[in-house]
Amino acid sequence: MAAQQEHKFKVIGTRPIRHDGADKVTGRAQYGADIDLAGLLHGKTLRSPHAHANIKSIDTSAAEALPGVKSVLTAQDFPNIGPGMAAMGELPVNPQHMSLNCIARDKVLYDGHVVAAVAATSPHIAEEALKLIKVDYEVLPHVQNVMDAMNDDAPILLPGLGKGDDGEPKDTNVANHVQFERGDIAAGFAAAEVVVEREFDTSMVHQGYIEPHNSVAQYSSDGQSTIWVSTQGAFTARDQTAMVLDMPASKIKVIPAEIGGGFGGKIPVYFEPISLMLSKKTGKPVKMVMSRAEVLKATGPTPGSHIKVKMGADKDGKITAAEVWMAYEAGGFPGSPVGAGCMTVITPYDIENLKIDGYDVLVNKPKTAAYRAPGSTNASMGSETVIDELAEKLGIDSLEFRRINGAKEGTAQPAGPKFGQIGYLETVEAAKTSDHFKSELPQVEGRRVGRGVASGFWFNAGFQSSATVAINSDGTANVVTGSTDIGGTRTSCAMIAAEVLGLTAEEVHPVVADTESIGHTDMTGGSRVTFATGTAVYEAAQDVLSQLKERAAKSWKVEADKVTFQDGVFTCTANGNESMTLKELSGKLPRTGGPVTGRASVNPRGVGPAFATHVVDVAVDEETGKVDILRYTAVQDVGTAIHPSYVEGQMQGGVAQGIGWALNEEYVYGDDGRMQNAGFLDYRMPTCLDLPMIETVLVEVPNPGHPVGVRGVGEVPIIPPPAAIANAIYSATGVRMADLPMSPPRLCKAILEKNG
Amino acid sequence: MAIVATVATVFIPSLLRKLTGGKDRTTACGATVREIIEDLERQFPGFRDRVIENGDLTGSIAISVNGEISTEGLHETVPDESEIHFVPAIGGG
Repeated sequence: MAAQQEHKFKVIGTRPIRHDGADKVTGRAQYGADIDLAGLLHGKTLRSPHAHANIKSIDTSAAEALPGVKSVLTAQDFPNIGPGMAAMGELPVNPQHMSLNCIARDKVLYDGHVVAAVAATSPHIAEEALKLIKVDYEVLPHVQNVMDAMNDDAPILLPGLGKGDDGEPKDTNVANHVQFERGDIAAGFAAAEVVVEREFDTSMVHQGYIEPHNSVAQYSSDGQSTIWVSTQGAFTARDQTAMVLDMPASKIKVIPAEIGGGFGGKIPVYFEPISLMLSKKTGKPVKMVMSRAEVLKATGPTPGSHIKVKMGADKDGKITAAEVWMAYEAGGFPGSPVGAGCMTVITPYDIENLKIDGYDVLVNKPKTAAYRAPGSTNASMGSETVIDELAEKLGIDSLEFRRINGAKEGTAQPAGPKFGQIGYLETVEAAKTSDHFKSELPQVEGRRVGRGVASGFWFNAGFQSSATVAINSDGTANVVTGSTDIGGTRTSCAMIAAEVLGLTAEEVHPVVADTESIGHTDMTGGSRVTFATGTAVYEAAQDVLSQLKERAAKSWKVEADKVTFQDGVFTCTANGNESMTLKELSGKLPRTGGPVTGRASVNPRGVGPAFATHVVDVAVDEETGKVDILRYTAVQDVGTAIHPSYVEGQMQGGVAQGIGWALNEEYVYGDDGRMQNAGFLDYRMPTCLDLPMIETVLVEVPNPGHPVGVRGVGEVPIIPPPAAIANAIYSATGVRMADLPMSPPRLCKAILEKNG
Repeated sequence: MAIVATVATVFIPSLLRKLTGGKDRTTACGATVREIIEDLERQFPGFRDRVIENGDLTGSIAISVNGEISTEGLHETVPDESEIHFVPAIGGG
């Protein structure tokens, strides 16, 4: 659907063809696995078949003797990193855990944990060599459910992780506890006309990016290293690799390859340090590419969780109290997104009395990583279905109930800070007036049909970005940033520069640079690139404009303040309105002082949060439990939509992933602690055959904290789908689903139980 | 030049309210976040060690000043009558 804001822009808000489109559709784009270098070796890793075990010994001698094998590594070949936290960008990391997650030292913590690596002249020889490595394990009891892992008698993954009341280390799997509390929760519930209390279980799911992780590393004898890698952040990959290998970051250059999806999963490093160490040992470049099974078993999915939600509302529909308890699977090392879950779970609403507890819990599963609005989707499955039930019990329309309680400017978030200008209520209103919501529910013969709605909130991120903008002699411009382009940010950055400089989007050439060619830039994540890198580009373009005005002034022998610029034309206000186009001025640069390059490095404030409200129609086959999505509409406050097609694409992508999370996707583990469905045949993601065209409604409430009103848009659309679908299933069948995924066997069982 | 004291309202995270005798908010003086935390330490001994580690904000914590997450950590300027919250440091996907 067309953007609703009355635009004052010429380029922003249009839909030019993406700059990297031709390369990608013709196969010219270079992804990590496409990199080839002279003398290239191939690396493979041996992984633990056990969910939890001590490593008693590793014998690599037979593998080393295999012809074609050039090096075999274990953790003993890596620096033994000590405990403690380190800063990386603006977020803390634990280098010891990062190192141990790349390659296990004394114990393995999940099925698929790397224990050794081989470099050989071919991938096949490397795989053969892996079979010759003998690892003697002492298998330990494992725990893979958060509730079990929190028990006092649970197997302990990392001894001494906690701290007792005496300040001494304490054995526990609970790595962190987050809590928000305000008001009088008991009085709030006492004032409620209706109270709903439910518990939810959600499964671990994976981002499911098409391109597996990869890394090509070359260690030079002068100590300088180069890594070509598919990563969400070249600087992030460089800094993490430097931490794991205990070497200066400046000794590593990371060249970001094109990326085939990340969604948060390509922020941590896995193969980067191993391939670089193999290259150092062999003196040759080493390429490593994961299989799909490796990606699923041992990269960073998002956690499963156990969630309890209790909410009360008075007869007018005002929420009087909310209590949420959440335990998230961290995986083998601390760091689940439970903090984000706490900060987002009931944030679309203005609630005076609340208590939210979140626990980060170690389990014998892969260490979780970010996944599109990490922590929010499972949390909102709980809160948004309870909201639906409250509204139903009070006889209030579900969207009206959200309007009554909706957050607006000045509302205090559960974490405390008050909102600035936000557009949540606008999304509710746009959902109410959408063609979808006003339409009759379609009927499907032999199926029960229902409609559901749900909302979501994501705070979005800022962080550090750098950009340069240089003017070419033909009047075009080059924009260089350090942000991996996952969702079309090359083009959005080019469009921002074009808007400032009075050029067309096609006259600006955007480039994603390596770590030695641009200033520090944090990862592509947190829906931050068009906001933060876009700010850097805007400021760099303004810098260019300022310099160009001085050059024009020099040509006209006037002061720079006598030069104006509009629509690509410089005008001298002092000499009878002489004028010169930017293109004409560009040709004069060599004789007016030389090249013009603008630059900016920013750590911007003014992040604008995002809200979404979704509407979905489903058809349920009560005999099989299969759910079909008949129609889906995503409404979202997107701030200023730089390139509406990309914004719509982000919304549609988020919804598609949310539908997969809702209906089918889950990590299945056997009693032996091993993953049972490490492939796309058994890990069921939605395909185009499963989904209708996702309809989008862009609500543009500009972010006053950004020069052109940008809010992040990429993450919030994944939040509402599971709850919206659960609410639609209830509408269709009368069954309240509390577990994800709502797969046919689960739904069938629930329907049978309801029907007796 | 006269020194003007900056007074901020600080919202105490619920897990630190043991230190404040259950108070969920207090006032503190200081022109920067560091000075505010030093004043909180004076009022509630032990507070500093819960939010500062190795001379910087504990990695898991971010500071919100008037609804805006600080980009300058302990150096962040605190205008008079500010509202300060300690919130989890969060990235994204």
